[in-house]
Amino acid sequence: MLSKKQARFFFLGGTAVTFLIFIGLTVFSLSKAQDQSHEENLTEAVVKGKHIWEKNNCMGCHTILGEGGYYAPELTKVIERRGEGYVKAVLMSPVPWAPHGRKMVAYKMSNEEAEDVIAFLNWISKIDLNGFDKIVSPLAKESK
Amino acid sequence: MKYKSQKVAYWFFALCMLLLVLQLTYGFIMAFAHAGMDGLHNWIPFNTAKAVHTNLLVVWLLSGFMGAAYYIIPEESQNELVSVKLAYVQLISLAVVGVVAIVGYHFNYWEGRKFLEIPRPLDYLVVVNVLLFMGLILLTLFKGKRKTTTALVLSMGLLFAALLYLPGMIDFDSQVLDSFFRWWVVHLWVEGVWELIMGGILSFLLIKLTGVDREVIEKWLYVIVGLTFLSGILGTGHHYYYIGVNKIWLIVGGIFSALEPLAFLAMALFAVNMYRKGEKKHPNKIALYWTIGSSIVSFIGAGLLGFAHTLPQTNIYTHGTLVTAMHGHLAFWGAYAMIVFAIISYALPNLTGRKFYDSARGRLAFWLANIGMIGMTVAFGVAGVAQVYMERKMKINFMEVQTEIEVHFWVLIIMATLFSTGITLFIVEFMKHGRPSDEALEIEA
Repeated sequence: MLSKKQARFFFLGGTAVTFLIFIGLTVFSLSKAQDQSHEENLTEAVVKGKHIWEKNNCMGCHTILGEGGYYAPELTKVIERRGEGYVKAVLMSPVPWAPHGRKMVAYKMSNEEAEDVIAFLNWISKIDLNGFDKIVSPLAKESK
Repeated sequence: MKYKSQKVAYWFFALCMLLLVLQLTYGFIMAFAHAGMDGLHNWIPFNTAKAVHTNLLVVWLLSGFMGAAYYIIPEESQNELVSVKLAYVQLISLAVVGVVAIVGYHFNYWEGRKFLEIPRPLDYLVVVNVLLFMGLILLTLFKGKRKTTTALVLSMGLLFAALLYLPGMIDFDSQVLDSFFRWWVVHLWVEGVWELIMGGILSFLLIKLTGVDREVIEKWLYVIVGLTFLSGILGTGHHYYYIGVNKIWLIVGGIFSALEPLAFLAMALFAVNMYRKGEKKHPNKIALYWTIGSSIVSFIGAGLLGFAHTLPQTNIYTHGTLVTAMHGHLAFWGAYAMIVFAIISYALPNLTGRKFYDSARGRLAFWLANIGMIGMTVAFGVAGVAQVYMERKMKINFMEVQTEIEVHFWVLIIMATLFSTGITLFIVEFMKHGRPSDEALEIEA
């Protein structure tokens, strides 16, 4: 029968081995050669857009890369789906945008802020998502 | 209780109850908004309600874990807490940081990263607070007469939880990296080190409540936490399938996260078997309900319902839908909320000297809360599956689907009312115990 010492060895050994593998895989998957997000296209506007995205907790309602609030639409492919003009109108609207009655906060963004957010969303839309983009993208809709 | 300083735990538990009530209130606001009634939108928009709801959960559970540690560590190490005054300072500062953060969410003062919305300046205060807490616990433990496995596992869980808060504070320009390291905090907390905390509390309660030999219980505790890390660390990969990193995570995350239910299954088998082996002499039946209940409901909520959408082939459709909310609610309830309720139910009679061990109100609280939460999980599950089919398979527009599934949120609200009734009864029971008293010293059987 298993002794307490063996049980402790199983815990400490198992943890150490899996943790080392985890670190190894992290280093591998975040290496430049494995980049799927086109990091070279991270312009100043994209980074500014990300800050605006975070400052207003957009993720609290929307999802992006499938992560977020499940209350408002997934935005990974929103630019392809709706076009830049529509997105800009929503961001700059002085009254709450409310498709189907569900309200969004009226952020009343300036033209520049809205363009930064659009740059961010454009960068997001080009990330290779291992097939998930086909599920949430307009291309998937066409193949209905 | 055996040590005067254990009384500190009572106030951490009281903070738990207060924050839990607030958490439920914001949950209702969100459920009504989903059902089409968002009258509070101008003051409490959905993203505020969501940040408050999830952050209150984290803070009250942490407060519960801290209270548990302040109760368990003196008793396990056979030593008074090194400083009761500093423990109260830590309690008050935790409450203040929590309240400032939550008020700030109503004024657009946040970081906007799911679960880690606390703004950066407050993050530093959290770090100081947790350092103070860990200092008090570790000093008490190492100055004590004995170092038990239960105390070590619990302290190790708390220490790792503190360390893992740090990756969430690194700034990234890339959303992909941001998300990648956010999961180091969120996943490695709830599917890793928090299970150590849960295991430590569970082991303490089983030793006390069943009377089974400590050596037997602690041996299995090692096996359980071993299984947790063996599956949970590489299981982090199930968050990396579709966020823009290498496909290797589909294989690694798929295999290891599919093994995660084993740790919870082991926990449930462990608790039930120890109960069967035990003398069944301890009179605190309500604590036993919550203890065994936690091990079983966590297996269903975290283990089985997690497994239901963890394989990449399924997750590609369920990722970013209400299916996640279904799993999240029963998992947090079973694994963490119920174990906090268990330690509160065990500790309260010992802290106050009032032995309401087996009251009808206590039993009703247990059943109503559990039936309510299972009902809520079913409502989320039906809404989630319907959403997946309509939105992801039939390609119907997001908002059209949301309108179709509104009805399930009314079911959710009814079930949440049942759940809240159970919680209210638990809180009434809590208040009936009165304040902790020195007269309760040594009364414990």
